[in-house]
Amino acid sequence: MAKTIIPFGPQHPVLPEPVHLKLVVEDEIVKEAIPALGYVHRGLEKLVEIRDFHQMVQIVERVCGICSCIHAKAYCQGIEELMGVEIPDRARFLRVIWGELHRIHSHLLWLGLFADAFGFESVFQQFWKVREKIMDILEATAGNRVIISVNVVGGTRYDLTPEQLRWILEGLTEVEAGVKALQRTMLDDYTVKKRTVGVGMLSREQAIELGAAGPTLRGSGVSQDMRQLGYSAYCDLDFEPVVETGCDSYARSTVRFRETLQSIDLIRQAISRLPGGDINVPVKGNPEGEIVTRVEQPRGELMYYIKASGKKYLDRCRIRTPTFANVPPLLAMVGGIELADVPVVVLSIDPCISCTER
Amino acid sequence: MLFMTPNILKNFVSKRATRLYPFEVREPFANFRGELVNDIEACIFCGMCQKKCPSQCITVDRKTGVWECDPCACVYCSVCVDHCPVNCLSMKNDHRKPFAKKFMYTLQGTPPKPKKAAKKDE
Amino acid sequence: MIQPIIEVTQDNIASEVLKLKNSGHRLVTLTCTELDADNLDILYHFDKDLELTHLRMKQPKDKPVPSISGILFAALLVENEMRDQFGVTFDGLILDFNRTLYLDEEVTEVPLVSNVKITKQ
Repeated sequence: MAKTIIPFGPQHPVLPEPVHLKLVVEDEIVKEAIPALGYVHRGLEKLVEIRDFHQMVQIVERVCGICSCIHAKAYCQGIEELMGVEIPDRARFLRVIWGELHRIHSHLLWLGLFADAFGFESVFQQFWKVREKIMDILEATAGNRVIISVNVVGGTRYDLTPEQLRWILEGLTEVEAGVKALQRTMLDDYTVKKRTVGVGMLSREQAIELGAAGPTLRGSGVSQDMRQLGYSAYCDLDFEPVVETGCDSYARSTVRFRETLQSIDLIRQAISRLPGGDINVPVKGNPEGEIVTRVEQPRGELMYYIKASGKKYLDRCRIRTPTFANVPPLLAMVGGIELADVPVVVLSIDPCISCTER
Repeated sequence: MLFMTPNILKNFVSKRATRLYPFEVREPFANFRGELVNDIEACIFCGMCQKKCPSQCITVDRKTGVWECDPCACVYCSVCVDHCPVNCLSMKNDHRKPFAKKFMYTLQGTPPKPKKAAKKDE
Repeated sequence: MIQPIIEVTQDNIASEVLKLKNSGHRLVTLTCTELDADNLDILYHFDKDLELTHLRMKQPKDKPVPSISGILFAALLVENEMRDQFGVTFDGLILDFNRTLYLDEEVTEVPLVSNVKITKQ
């Protein structure tokens, strides 16, 4: 049969992100895919020339619309290490609490969208109903639902009172009950397994060679999680990376589901060990030198390269987001699957195109 | 197989999860970052908010005593509130109602008197 | 302040990358900075078991850069992005977007190179 080229995206009912793929199809089996990006490029890396390094925190937060607090955390961590600033202990634990709340809300959003990709809309809305409780917690403690602006160079801006901590723990019990009620539907259902097991295979050697990051890597059996590096307060909390060996979309979905439950446990540990003290230290002077920092975003490994030379404007701030690293494995996974399975595979890497193109 | 059934039955008997906005409005949270307001009588026109703003939406004119903010360019991050030396800036805890045309939020106050031997009389 | 860093040149970049790939390293990314009016600084970052290794290469702006996308397929997206942002061409890129990955064809200025400071209004 002759080959046909079918364009997929950037506007498509089942695709939540503006990415364009040209699928080369022969008889309903996809042979290869050619990507095209550039629909949401804003040129944020050029703004280092006109905004000083304190104002860049707000700009860096707006790179992604789902995991914004973690971008700010990575940037502040890089500048603090470059300038040799030690932040107080209470600030380290508070950053962990808000970071893990972001991870829970991002994974719940993804679980809903993944169910929508194969048509299971009732479970999609059930997951988002559970997610509203986390949004209320973020709005009441930090001031906004997603872009919360709590990190500054030198610590955090807001503090948590004991009454707010009690309220967070009650909210987390509700969220945990809601998520566990949907566990059998998402992981054991016959239809869900038929659509996801064996679809989008990525073997362990391919995952390392193509540079995959995050649950894409951990779903293929490689046990690597940047939180093991011990930044913020993760060196004081005990956790193990969640690894599955299935190498398909079902394994990645299980990794993210188990990580949601693990994050709830990490927040409870952090709240019980929260020390007293200040929440930020004043920072004077300008940074100098170059540094590479890495942080674990919900989608994978986020890397920042910052170069400064003693002025208040930085020389270069390079951001490498995990979706950028997961696009070559996506192109390798798409070969040999049916046309109706393409949205399931594209969503299983958790794309976030506004991160990719900044 | 029928793992969703208990969930569906529970949803039939419990009340709705959504609110009938705009007839029913939730109480705003205390820390929410809403509109930016300035107490113009207490403002000393130092220009600190203009320097620190990440989106450069505030304009302060020291000579005429005009403080201006563009509500469509503001990102509601409250960095200006943190750095104001006399605490005249604050954020209301509810958002502004939608408007149909762009406008600038302009306030006129008394400009600071010059400190050295001035021609104005005290 | 980033360790360990190895200096390479255009001639031995391919053999160094092949050595790192065979010992199980994973490519993290490439970074490009402008050093002065004629030279760019290209850094390659690799990771194995949470430890980073870096390679540094100095590159004149008008000569093409040897591409590593033949050895590591993962590098192709980064090299196309560097072509868009800095205006360098690559030798041997397996899937070349010809500067249309982010920018349209009507754009004539190179984004991150011409250090024209935009004045505040």
